Amino acid sequence: MIDRDSPVTEDELHAYIDGELPADRKEAVATWLADHPEQAALVASWRAQAENIRARYGAVVEEPVPERLKLDQVLKHGRSNGRSWAAMVAAAAVVAFIVGGTAGWMARGASAAAPTGFDIFASEALDAYKLYVVEVRHPVEVPGSERAHMTQWLSKRLGQDLRVPDLQSIGLKLVGGRLLPGPTGAAAFYMYESPSGERFTIYCAKADEQQSALRYAIAEQFAAFYWVDDKIAYVVSGPADRERLESVTKSVYEQVDKGATKKL
Amino acid sequence: MATFRQNVEATIPALRRYARALTRDSDIADDLVQDTLVRALRSEHLFHGGDVRSWLYTILTNLNRNRLRSLARRPTLSPIEDNDAPDLAGPEAGGRDIERALATLVEDQRNALLLVVLEGLSYREVAEVQGVPIGTVMSRLARARVQIKNYLDGERPALRRVK
Repeated sequence: MIDRDSPVTEDELHAYIDGELPADRKEAVATWLADHPEQAALVASWRAQAENIRARYGAVVEEPVPERLKLDQVLKHGRSNGRSWAAMVAAAAVVAFIVGGTAGWMARGASAAAPTGFDIFASEALDAYKLYVVEVRHPVEVPGSERAHMTQWLSKRLGQDLRVPDLQSIGLKLVGGRLLPGPTGAAAFYMYESPSGERFTIYCAKADEQQSALRYAIAEQFAAFYWVDDKIAYVVSGPADRERLESVTKSVYEQVDKGATKKL
Repeated sequence: MATFRQNVEATIPALRRYARALTRDSDIADDLVQDTLVRALRSEHLFHGGDVRSWLYTILTNLNRNRLRSLARRPTLSPIEDNDAPDLAGPEAGGRDIERALATLVEDQRNALLLVVLEGLSYREVAEVQGVPIGTVMSRLARARVQIKNYLDGERPALRRVK
């Protein structure tokens, strides 16, 4: 039994009205609110907001769906079938929350998609990100000043012609790179840094698939966009800010997509 | 078991509701839903399972963000709301107030609030749609609620003064 005076946080008040509290805690919050009229009034005002919003827009679902939104119409008039960045990123699904290191995959409830081999790349890349991004003195093996040498070395170890993207145009300087063990053998790892010290990494490894959709994974405060293009898996990792990471990934995608790995 | 397309189809009315609340314009809202459906169907073969509904909300939210960005780059003609007749008491007035209050929110906060209270998504699902940790979703919700309350509280004394 929870003490009726146990402190109730504001987060819990929100979770309370949104039905996100476990049953026992719900009861404790209800009891606590009975003794705290000021907070009870606040909670009532939030409830009223929600009711107002539902009263204003709820009826839309009762309207008949217009003809142009019927799926056969959408299929008929759908636009061209390009693999454009805009379409890819809009459709980038979050397939899993990755819990770092040993714990593996955290269940997402009934709708959870089982992690595929392809998701392992993101997991490995995020682990590498977490490990090296905090490194002050030795974040990389080869400094960014030796870009040509690094590209040649990592390409040789992976057995693929790699291209190290230039992200200067979005204010990211190449710190350098290193070789890592990956799920399919060697993996290349590049690190970039903004003037404010924000770090992003790119992880490349050989993949079985020819290409894949773009996906987005979150691990605590970090996140990654990842995809496969021309049998190479790419994982771009950084702080968990989807919009920021999306713009970095866009630059990477555009460069590797028309990069040297394409057939001649 | 429902197929991918049946799942998409079943979600259309809810997507229209969410889009209407986001855009406050039924034509723009349906354009957004149409674009969402086009992209979803085009990516069908790349969909690896998981929750179709959350995925559709994700696409729509991202497309709306792109739309707002391109709007911000272009000057637009907007209705002069201040010339509207003052709100009278009654359900219609409440609806207009909440509509304006929502319009004052930062985009991410508006998305989070609507996904939770209008669309009934869990915090975890909203975190997936927005691509942020759950804690960020909760702080967006909290800020949205404070902002709406301030807006509505600020409106009412003004009306009372008129009386």
